[in-house]
Amino acid sequence: MSDPVSALNGAEFHGLIDVADAGLTGMITLRGNLGAAKAKKAVKAVTGTAVPAVGEVLGSGETATAWMSPDELLLIVPYAEVAQRVAKAETALAGEHAMVVDVSDARAVLTVTGSDAREVMAKLCPVDLSPAAFGKGDFRRTRMAQIPAALWMTESDQFTVICFRSVADYAFALLKVAAQPGSAVGAF
Amino acid sequence: MSHRLPDLGRLIDRSKRIGFRFNGAPLAGHPGDTLASALLANDRMMVGRSFKYHRPRGVVASGAEEPNALVNMGEGPGFEPNQRATTTELFDGLTARSQNHWPSLEFDVGAVNTYLSRFLPAGFYYKMFMYPRAFWKHVYEPFIRQSAGLGQAPKDRDRDTYEHFYAFTDVLVIGGGVAGLQAAHSAAQSGARVLVLEQTAHWGGRAPVDGGSFGGAPAEEAVEQLLEELRQMDNVTLRSRTMGAGVYDHGYVLGYERLTDHLPLAKGPRHRLWRIRAAQIVTATGAIERPLSFAGNDVPGVMLASAMRDYAVNYGVAAGKRIVVATNNDDAYRTAICLKEAGVEVARILDARSRGGGALMEEARALGIRIDCGRAIGKVSGGKRVAKVMICAQDGAGGALEEVACDAVAMSGGWSPVVHLWSHCGGKLLWDDQQALFRPDPDRPPTGADGAGFVRAAGAANGHAGLDAILSDATAAGRAAAKAAGFKPKRTAAPRGESTEEQPLEPVWLMPREAEPHLRAKSWLDFQNDVKVSDVQLAAREGFESVEHTKRYTTLGMATDQGKLSNINGLAILSDALGQPIPATGTTTFRPPYTPISMGAIAGEARGDVFQPLRKTPMHEWHEQQGADWEPVGHWRRPYAFPRAGERVHDAVEREVKNTRQAVGLLDASTLGKILVKGPHAGRFLDMLYTNMMSTLKPGRCRYGLMCSENGFLIDDGVVARIDEDTFLCHTTTGGADRIHAMMEEWLQTEWWDWKVYVANLTEQFAQVAVVGPKARELLNSLGGMDLSAEALPFMAWADGQIGGFDCRVYRISFSGELSFEIAVRAGQGLAFWEALMQAGETFGVMPYGTEALHIMRAEKGFIMIGDETDGTVIPQDLGLDWAISKKKDDYLGKRAQERPHMTDPNRWKLVGLETLDGSVLPDGAYAVAPGRNANGQRNTQGRVTSTYHSPTLGKGIAMGLVLNGPDRMGEVLEFLGTDDKTFKARIVDPVFYDKEGEKQNV
Repeated sequence: MSDPVSALNGAEFHGLIDVADAGLTGMITLRGNLGAAKAKKAVKAVTGTAVPAVGEVLGSGETATAWMSPDELLLIVPYAEVAQRVAKAETALAGEHAMVVDVSDARAVLTVTGSDAREVMAKLCPVDLSPAAFGKGDFRRTRMAQIPAALWMTESDQFTVICFRSVADYAFALLKVAAQPGSAVGAF
Repeated sequence: MSHRLPDLGRLIDRSKRIGFRFNGAPLAGHPGDTLASALLANDRMMVGRSFKYHRPRGVVASGAEEPNALVNMGEGPGFEPNQRATTTELFDGLTARSQNHWPSLEFDVGAVNTYLSRFLPAGFYYKMFMYPRAFWKHVYEPFIRQSAGLGQAPKDRDRDTYEHFYAFTDVLVIGGGVAGLQAAHSAAQSGARVLVLEQTAHWGGRAPVDGGSFGGAPAEEAVEQLLEELRQMDNVTLRSRTMGAGVYDHGYVLGYERLTDHLPLAKGPRHRLWRIRAAQIVTATGAIERPLSFAGNDVPGVMLASAMRDYAVNYGVAAGKRIVVATNNDDAYRTAICLKEAGVEVARILDARSRGGGALMEEARALGIRIDCGRAIGKVSGGKRVAKVMICAQDGAGGALEEVACDAVAMSGGWSPVVHLWSHCGGKLLWDDQQALFRPDPDRPPTGADGAGFVRAAGAANGHAGLDAILSDATAAGRAAAKAAGFKPKRTAAPRGESTEEQPLEPVWLMPREAEPHLRAKSWLDFQNDVKVSDVQLAAREGFESVEHTKRYTTLGMATDQGKLSNINGLAILSDALGQPIPATGTTTFRPPYTPISMGAIAGEARGDVFQPLRKTPMHEWHEQQGADWEPVGHWRRPYAFPRAGERVHDAVEREVKNTRQAVGLLDASTLGKILVKGPHAGRFLDMLYTNMMSTLKPGRCRYGLMCSENGFLIDDGVVARIDEDTFLCHTTTGGADRIHAMMEEWLQTEWWDWKVYVANLTEQFAQVAVVGPKARELLNSLGGMDLSAEALPFMAWADGQIGGFDCRVYRISFSGELSFEIAVRAGQGLAFWEALMQAGETFGVMPYGTEALHIMRAEKGFIMIGDETDGTVIPQDLGLDWAISKKKDDYLGKRAQERPHMTDPNRWKLVGLETLDGSVLPDGAYAVAPGRNANGQRNTQGRVTSTYHSPTLGKGIAMGLVLNGPDRMGEVLEFLGTDDKTFKARIVDPVFYDKEGEKQNV
């Protein structure tokens, strides 16, 4: 048995901004009635946060909860602990109609860092990423050029971006193009 | 001759000279010049040939409205045709070539067309090329292809890059003239986010040229002050060289930013397309001067009066040494005054108004310029350059009163507000009789989702003239836009503007008013498409009453400039010919973009590596290293085959099939859809989605199922595994994963919203490997782990366990007819698992196989393939899959549709196997002919080939097809048509060619 590898396997790029593979990240999809007491308990048990509001991400770093849709959350946990935390959620949700499933390997996670990070992302995502409209704690499911993506800010100059695993190379190449020298927009 | 003046030229840096080339000739200009101003400074008045008659043409305008000065810019990978010289900023090393002439600009063979012009009237092409019919292909089209077209198509790959940028703002101001800046200032004081777009490199619009003052300072200085204040405001973003290209629904606006057109050596993208969402929009797009329609108004040297003034003030360039001005308004006097003061001789001002103008006329007269009122230009003479002007009475037919020699003519027929952006999304116009112009109707703006207007026009674009009126209109527009965007505007007074009072213009649509036919036939309306007054009048006589029809019949306004100069004059002529007022004729439709934008900007980053997303499985790179021959499947690339060094792809496929049948093969099946369906109603849900019964499936077991659309047609198939009482995993086709997942969500969110089911698309969570062949079990056992015996894991069962230390789920399913295990591991271990199988398989003769081997093996077994046997018109019953359609269920998607008469028609073509008599391979898609011919004289058909291969296992061609009453005609021989008159004889046989009893997969 060999250790799992992330889709981008540690790739990095340094340009107008820095793009890096965030490495193996534990991700759990939780679907259910998010208003139910058991769902709240399950989220608390897995990530220690409350149930986030629309467009919100709670928690930080390796452990967070993001709002995906009216009946879906994304629970972010250390990769090595996914199975154990899935079990925790399932225990908390016993008897409740819900779905808890490991999606860690289905996705790639990248970090985009630098003073121009907002502008680089705004070249690819139809989201208002100006500092007035988007900051830490905001979470958005959107598209990045031609692929679905989700993003949030982990620092004032850093985004974490999630896309599907199969298009990780495309996402990485896309960010490289958007961060080419001489392409700063100067809008934010 | 046109020349550089000793003074003026506020935009150029006279201390520096830069070199450029036009038609190969080395020329010089100054930084700050446009290509047009630099050409004029070098006395290059003639810059191209017209589209239809190849008449010499010169620069007419100074901005985006220019119809004539279009050039081929650059070389090789930087080449681009149809670039407007008037909006091209000069840079060192620029190269440009003029267009639409042969062999040279000075001597052009096509110019003979001008002598034929009386034979080339409006609609000539429509009338001429109808008959004889055969001439179109062999005579007319080759001739037209040879002659038509302004610019050349680029031959090389574009060397530049492009990008998009998504911007959001409360108030978007389009236009950075005085009105735009003032509107932005007024809106920004409310705290609203304001974005201002200006298409040129400079702010202030016409004000610095036209003079006047506001805020207590001369216009140029006042603009700088206003700009400085805006730059200090955090909520204001100013973008020059960015054109507002189009306004669309929901406040969506495209901005076209030109970043390095003027800096060809700079790094970074050439153009950036701004994709803007604005809550409110202010269009402060100014106005464009109208030409006058007189004979010879297209001779190089005839120019818009405002353009002539722009060249003098902005670039220090005079269009001639001796100038005649023709006008119907006061504004053109500014040009005469400006040129006179710059030392240029102004031979005459011809004012079509019988009483002339006001204060500006007096000023001109005081400078000693001769002014003739009630006079018009009867005709301009000159070939490649204005030589003289014949003067006549405006109220007449063109009888010459006098000839005046001159080398340039400034013309002004009044001003038309730029209403394009107001109109793009449905804003209506009203006709202002006083000023003879169409302006935005404030009561009928483009409306948003709430029914309220989201666009306001301001300043000259709103039909205002004079700085004071423009400033107060812009202040009000900015304030109203901020308020409509949800902000509290501040009540600050508009700055007072001062400009010289003007007398009203007198509409002049034809000069002279009763111009004779030979003059009207030389009075150009549309310079770029060569449309004259006589053409529009002819169209009216021939019954083209709608302005839209006249436009298309005459091509008026259909060129790349979209009639910025010609439209109003043209529809005034049409109205006159039809004897109706101008508003009754109306305008043609304004469509984005305002001026052409580059294809590169539209594509943005999507080229080269990132033209389209390429989906890759965890084993993709391994396949690549093995030299896989790829097949696109959706956005995935799957190995078609793994040819070895020197091996042909076809031979590789044969080898892969044989090896899998005889030993063991590996298939990367990761792309197959894997959708988790969970909930107390999951079984009920799947019973509705699949034609067969899924709710009776036992946990631990698998079942093949079919999915149909509501119309009964087969759309997907795959194996469903029941994980536990509440949970199923549905395998879909590779191409079906996303759409089937979406379809499941749609049914659950819309029709069956009260069913307790959740779905999740886990396609990419797992890498899946099919281990296939008689030695598959041995290979897996050699890695050690779970019990894979037929007893522990029978056919159509699944189990979780470990193989070689990898956590996995193993499905005993087979799409090849061989002993087969499909094994799913987490994607992050997919490559390692694959490599472990390859390594352990060496002693068993393992080989990877691609999609073609997969296809052949399934065809040998008579298994259908979605997309081959189905094409959106095929139902499962056509394919002999009645066994997979439950008779016990009340309903499933497609059930009722399949009961309709056409679906139960016994004459539907049905699936059979086909075997050529000589063992050859049938062509894919070939039709089986039937006796007789149809109404179109084509041979009747009775079937077609859906899949066809050479079977390495059987050593002959095998195929499947849909045939009329096929299953009842076993043994019959049909004739199939190939290309090149070839025919193939094939016998109808059972579609299962290999291991009919299914013994091999069940061991």
